[in-house]
Amino acid sequence: MDIFLQQIVNGLVQGSIYALVALGYTMVYGIMGLINFAHGEVVMIGTLVTITVAGSLIKAGMPVALAGLAGLSASVLVCMALGWGLERIAYRPLRNAPRLTPLITAIGMSIVLQNLAMMIWGRNYLTFPALLPKINFEVAGAHFTFIQVVIVLVSAATMGGLLALIYRTKLGMAMRATAQNPAVASLMGVNINRVIAAAFVIGSALGALAGVMVGTYYEIAHYQMGFMLGLKAFTAAVLGGIGNLAGAMLGGLLLGLIEALGAGYIGDLTGGFLGSHYQDIFAFIVLIVVLMFKPSGLFGEKTGDRA
Amino acid sequence: MNKWLNPRSAFGIALITIALLGLPFVAAMGGQAWVRILDFAILYVFLALGLNIVVGFAGLLDLGYIAFYAVGAYTWALLASPHFGLHLPIWAILPIGAGLACIAGVLLGSPTLKLRGDYLAIVTLGFGEIVRIFMNNLNAPINITNGPQGITLIDPVTIGGLKFSGNTQLFGLTLSGPMKYYYLLVALAILVIIINLRLQHSRIGRAWQAIREDEIAAKAVGINTRNIKLLAFAMGASFGGIAGGVFAAMQGFVSPESFSLMESIMILAMVVLGGMGHIPGVILGAVLLSILPEVLRYGVGPAQMALFGKMLVDPESLRMLVFGLALVLVMRFKPAGLWPSPERKRELSEAAK
Amino acid sequence: MRTKLSVVALSVVAAFALSACGQKEEPKPVATPATPIGKPEVVVKLGHVAPMTGPQAHLGKDNENGARLAIEELNAKGMEIGGAKVKFELLAEDDAADPKQGAIVAQKLVDAKVNGVIGHLNSGTTIPASKLYADAGIPQISGSATNPKYTQQGFATAFRVMANDVQQGKVLGEFAVKQGIKTVAIVDDRTAYGQGLADEFKKAAEASGLKVVATEYTNDKATDFKAILTKIKSTKAELVFFGGMDAQGGPMAKQMKELGIKAKFLGGDGVCTPEFMKLGGEASEGNFCSLPGMPLEKLAKGPEFRDKFTKKFNAEIQLYAPYVYDAVMVMADSMKRADSVEPAKFLPAIGQTRYDGVTALIEFDSVGDLKGGAISIYQYKSGKLEYVETLGGSAVDSAKAEVKEAVAEVKEAAQAVAGAATAVGKEVAAEAKDVAKSAAEAGKDAVKAGAEAVKNAAEATKAAVEKK
Repeated sequence: MDIFLQQIVNGLVQGSIYALVALGYTMVYGIMGLINFAHGEVVMIGTLVTITVAGSLIKAGMPVALAGLAGLSASVLVCMALGWGLERIAYRPLRNAPRLTPLITAIGMSIVLQNLAMMIWGRNYLTFPALLPKINFEVAGAHFTFIQVVIVLVSAATMGGLLALIYRTKLGMAMRATAQNPAVASLMGVNINRVIAAAFVIGSALGALAGVMVGTYYEIAHYQMGFMLGLKAFTAAVLGGIGNLAGAMLGGLLLGLIEALGAGYIGDLTGGFLGSHYQDIFAFIVLIVVLMFKPSGLFGEKTGDRA
Repeated sequence: MNKWLNPRSAFGIALITIALLGLPFVAAMGGQAWVRILDFAILYVFLALGLNIVVGFAGLLDLGYIAFYAVGAYTWALLASPHFGLHLPIWAILPIGAGLACIAGVLLGSPTLKLRGDYLAIVTLGFGEIVRIFMNNLNAPINITNGPQGITLIDPVTIGGLKFSGNTQLFGLTLSGPMKYYYLLVALAILVIIINLRLQHSRIGRAWQAIREDEIAAKAVGINTRNIKLLAFAMGASFGGIAGGVFAAMQGFVSPESFSLMESIMILAMVVLGGMGHIPGVILGAVLLSILPEVLRYGVGPAQMALFGKMLVDPESLRMLVFGLALVLVMRFKPAGLWPSPERKRELSEAAK
Repeated sequence: MRTKLSVVALSVVAAFALSACGQKEEPKPVATPATPIGKPEVVVKLGHVAPMTGPQAHLGKDNENGARLAIEELNAKGMEIGGAKVKFELLAEDDAADPKQGAIVAQKLVDAKVNGVIGHLNSGTTIPASKLYADAGIPQISGSATNPKYTQQGFATAFRVMANDVQQGKVLGEFAVKQGIKTVAIVDDRTAYGQGLADEFKKAAEASGLKVVATEYTNDKATDFKAILTKIKSTKAELVFFGGMDAQGGPMAKQMKELGIKAKFLGGDGVCTPEFMKLGGEASEGNFCSLPGMPLEKLAKGPEFRDKFTKKFNAEIQLYAPYVYDAVMVMADSMKRADSVEPAKFLPAIGQTRYDGVTALIEFDSVGDLKGGAISIYQYKSGKLEYVETLGGSAVDSAKAEVKEAVAEVKEAAQAVAGAATAVGKEVAAEAKDVAKSAAEAGKDAVKAGAEAVKNAAEATKAAVEKK
């Protein structure tokens, strides 16, 4: 039983990380109907900037908590600028282009960002400074750390904050209007360029936050870390119904749980035929099955024909 | 068709034929390595044209195309290597490979028929990963694919006693292995180009176009959208399977790492960059994207040495950086691709107004 | 259609031009300096392939430096082969650790008609490339590809001067048993290297009585191992063996600690790096790993090599440089013995190598593997890799081989004697039966003496082995 509990903890934490990144995808998609393929790279840049800033401040003798905050704010600022730049350079000029065009620019930007990061931070794995105190808890045989608790809380709070933003603020209302019909929204006096830029900037800030969380948790970073994480998070967003904030959160948690329980138990269930080497595809199989019955994801709205 | 007999066209065709026949000899002057690069360029042309059927004609976004390529490659590897002790001839393997890939295509297509746009993209992406991961892990409990170690000592293509590996003397010319593969690949590529051309203006081609533009309307005018979509997947997949077989024979070695998601994305980039749905554009995209990194490989290092006298940035990262930038810039300034079809161009310019 | 066709034709012509440019970009062979009058000079081109770009670039550069050092020494020494002065030249190429590029680069070397190839660094690129070299009849010696498959393909041209994964897996299995471990969980990263090593470890572990209680998998891009580690925890394994690289191994060791797993961590050369300790932090402390070969300090010519290397390149030896150095030396040595630089002529000589190199006394077995490659065990101690012991290895193995040879010789001698005795006996049967008898007896005595000698030798070996 303690093992089962432990796997649930593992899955929830991993799932919260996916959810945090997935929120960034869904934020942009919900408004523009565009997959920001480079979002994983934004997360990576967020982690690496924090390493540089917080790491050097700690070395300079600043208290860890302060340095961590400085690192976090620096990475949020850098990523916001990056998100704004991405939208300006790679997406805005293509708003009327065929649907696949921005996908290719996104892939191009993702390659560019990875290689830039490699030039700046090098090819080696970097260690992330320990920003949060290491406290271990043990409840009913399941081990977890303070950092894990923080991760789950931060992603829940982020989702709450985003929901409030979308449904309680003027900007949120403008965003919803733009999502429904950009042309009409602009007729109603909404500056859609600004709204879309805001969506990118907010999404990227979330990416930075996710990057810092991932870094603190695994204490390791690398210029290629964003790709796989982005892919999983994107899967989570689609699973929950892309464009839906609560869906992204639940999709992320679900994905994390599927992976942990799948890796933990599928081997025994299938007599060793399927084992943890198939961990990465459980998620995809569940996704395919879900989409077969609910073509717009678990909580997605029915989308129009957009191929 | 009679415009093909027109003297100017005939001249063009003759020029192309001579150019295609002579190209490997020109490349060989720079070493066989360049012929090999040429081989890969044509292999990518082949793959891109296959994917073009799915993405360009039918408008179905497929991010897992490499899976069919993998199926074809592994079919060849398993049926013509010491791994199972089988050494079937090319006439048997290529059709089997194409058939298996075709089945895989239908398998992928059928559950995803209802999905649209981005949902389809992520499911096909997942499918590609599933195939790769299975190839990587099917070495236990029964060893089928030999797992991550890959399969070595794969037989080269042999047609009627002519072995494609090693040198052959023919009419006083020395044909190297890569050159022979080049001619085989060109022949296959011409075949797929002809099929593509014929399809484009056939009933099926128009049905695909109808689905691409408006699926509901297509259904309303009596097109069996389910079958037509499945056909697109199946045809695209078969081409992928054939390309995979040739790849396995050419390399003599396959391992799952050759079939990563990045490869799928690369082929999609070729199709979109060149001009979706437009055959000459797709060919251009494939040739450019497969040769560009190699040219940069040979160019970036020496250029830096010449300009600054030392390596400032290591060539590999600069190479990929330039590649990524090229993708962004081309799409930014030519959103419909480098060489879009005239209709597409017109539609776009209208949309922009 | 007409205009289109001409555009196509134009683009094909452009492609022509492009490939013609490619030809120009090809690095031109360095012109050989004018030879001093008298002796003719031959240039021997040796290809070297390793990743110069990508995450393993630092290892690739290290390999190349090893080869450069060897070549410079050879040229300084001024070898003479077949009556001509030999000048060695290194054609260094980059395969980015990618099998596809490995094949392209290999083709380039074959085109350049190199006399031999040193490399590649990774098994993943070495294996597909080896076919191209074998087809062209070019000898290849790798200083770092450890996958057993490389030499098992049956190519006469493939050699390596480093212990392979079978040997490493076996030693690690034996080491685990020696540590008093009873149950073990195995994790591999599903790469050619990781899976190969884990499989060999599993075989060896099971053969020496260890119980494998769990086999789990991850991948070479993963950062989270908690799900599989939790499962391993439930099996209460005493040891976790990881077949994979440091970038996964470090975090894995760390997460084991976070989950309260008390099991030890053991891995092969992929995690036997300072990087592992950096990433694993204090979780790496006290655990073990292995590296093929022996530490340079323990080798007769090791410290000397280190001095030469650091002096020349102003850099520390990363990993495989001494092996690559030896690979070049073996190649040159074989040319000298065959008195030819023609691959077809000196290839058979490589198989008969008996060369006292920096890393070991190098001899090859029938497939081209290093005979009795040594494996050393290291322990992570306060941020450093500390040498523990060397298992397997040429000292013991060559002693064993010598005993075998001695046994065979004695047997032959005895047979000859006996044969002679009977022959003699037959010839003079009628006249001198007594003589024959005594002769036969003499033969018997010789056999007896031989047998005793063998026994002694065997005992000596046993003692030597036990000492080790």
